[in-house]
Amino acid sequence: MADSTLASPHAADDEETRRDFLLIATSTVAAVGTAFAAWPFIDSLNPARDTLAVAITGVDLSPIAVGQAITVIWQGKPVFIRHRTAAEITAARDVNVDQLPDPQPDSARVEKPEWLVVVGVCTHLGCIPLGQRPTDAKGDYGGWFCPCHGSHYDSSGRIRKGPAPANLAVPPYRFLDDNRIEIG
Amino acid sequence: MDAKTWKNPIIAWVDKRLPIFTMMQHDLVDYPTPRNLNYWWNFGSLAGIVLVIMIATGVVLAMHYTPHTQHAFESVERIMRDVNYGWLLRYLHMNGASMFFIVVYIHMFRGLYYGSYKAPRELLWQIGVIILLAMMATAFMGYVLPWGQMSYWGAKVITNLFSAIPLVGDAIVTWLWGGFAVDNPTLNRFFALHYLLPFLLFALVFLHLVALHTSKSNNPLGIDVKGPQDTIPFTPYYTVKDMFGLGAFLIFYLAFVFFAPNFFGEPDNYIKANPMQTPPHIVPEWYFLPFYAILRAITFDILFIPAKLLGVIAMFAAVLVLLFLPWLDRSAVRSARFRPIYKQVFWLFVADCILLGVVGGHPPEGVWVPLGQAATAFYFAFFLVIMPLLSFIERPRPLPSSISAAVTGKGVGISAHGVAE
Repeated sequence: MADSTLASPHAADDEETRRDFLLIATSTVAAVGTAFAAWPFIDSLNPARDTLAVAITGVDLSPIAVGQAITVIWQGKPVFIRHRTAAEITAARDVNVDQLPDPQPDSARVEKPEWLVVVGVCTHLGCIPLGQRPTDAKGDYGGWFCPCHGSHYDSSGRIRKGPAPANLAVPPYRFLDDNRIEIG
Repeated sequence: MDAKTWKNPIIAWVDKRLPIFTMMQHDLVDYPTPRNLNYWWNFGSLAGIVLVIMIATGVVLAMHYTPHTQHAFESVERIMRDVNYGWLLRYLHMNGASMFFIVVYIHMFRGLYYGSYKAPRELLWQIGVIILLAMMATAFMGYVLPWGQMSYWGAKVITNLFSAIPLVGDAIVTWLWGGFAVDNPTLNRFFALHYLLPFLLFALVFLHLVALHTSKSNNPLGIDVKGPQDTIPFTPYYTVKDMFGLGAFLIFYLAFVFFAPNFFGEPDNYIKANPMQTPPHIVPEWYFLPFYAILRAITFDILFIPAKLLGVIAMFAAVLVLLFLPWLDRSAVRSARFRPIYKQVFWLFVADCILLGVVGGHPPEGVWVPLGQAATAFYFAFFLVIMPLLSFIERPRPLPSSISAAVTGKGVGISAHGVAE
């Protein structure tokens, strides 16, 4: 541009002008507006309402005999439900909690002692541990054994040996009555 | 362009190796723009912004859409009901298509009125025509995706146009469909192309801008820039004006999105596609209506060419004739302001295009048939007869000596500084 004075909307001296104020105010409004406009795009990638609607899973516990375990799907993940035997409950309680890698008493992990409900995803790198079927290896502590990297979980789903850093997660759930639970 | 010295050392380092900042300074800030551009010059930048909005909403919509005949309709309904703000994104995209055509048609009529297609801007204009064609293809395929009744039958009718081609027509249609009817393979490829074409559009828009910044902007007087006194820098003057225009445009656009989102649409498209039943009255989207009217205007054979083929040729010719406009109009004067006859014929042409749109929206019966034929005849006569003839018989008014002389009324050489303050 040949005439450079024309290019500058500012006053010749470097004082702040009414124009500076208008420029900053307009830019601020535009920036806030753009941020509001961006939100629908970002939020649309969150779980949709039909996805959230199936985020709660109901389970009927009555067919599960003592010593049996079932796997249900909750939010696309396997959830282990084990009807624990008296021996398993005792084994889970009879542990020096302080010496566990992830210290947690059994009572903090169950609503009712005979029912253990945990997310069946190894806390190491996300494999599904073995131990649900009677023929599965259950690991050294009578719970679950992850074949990927050799983590051993006990009958409370707590990590006892191997690379996993934490116990199997307990999902939020509640008993609707004696034989029905709702996960989620 | 001159390499500028940048104060910020990081910007200076990057710019020395990749002069993007110099280019931005050159094309978005310093770009010398005629000082007399009116609001009709806003529509180019608006079209660019609408393209960006369409790509942004389209990419997000594609994340929720399923291109399968069994799921497409339901996935669009899921977007409307279940996806967070899905209704907003879809209505922005749907109405954005209409806005895109409104803005581009106005942009084209502006070019037509002010002679923006004449030397040295012929190629600039032609790239614009190619952009229009790419837009039309994109819009057509996008309309098929929701897999409603209008989607399906629109796809069927438009692809069947190609069956008019002698000898190989049927083979081409089968190839377009990927089967023996519009079906899942068709929907799949339309989705792929609907996603691809906007990016080609973006590249074409870039070429359009390179050509524009090479030959520089035309202006309402249609005379060449004669010196720095005729121009002002793009920033801040036209950035501010474009932003103001954008604000006004967004109010118009969002009024439809929020208060009349289905204004431009057809209720039949909320009925799932049924290959066994044609809706009683098929109409294309409004932006295709003038061309649809031209297609249907040809109801007679000429020599050995059947009416069906002639109609298709006429419809495509209606767009392609624009490519030859720079050579059909021989007048040395660009702006209609100084062309007393052309100025009136131009408005007749605008009215003719609107009339063709109205005709295209009615069933081809009764008075609409001869009316469509007359409007089609005028459409082509405007380009092929009136334009070349006017070049010779019209006496243009005298042109001002320069832009600054016309704008300031004081003649060349006035201090640009004095006017700006």
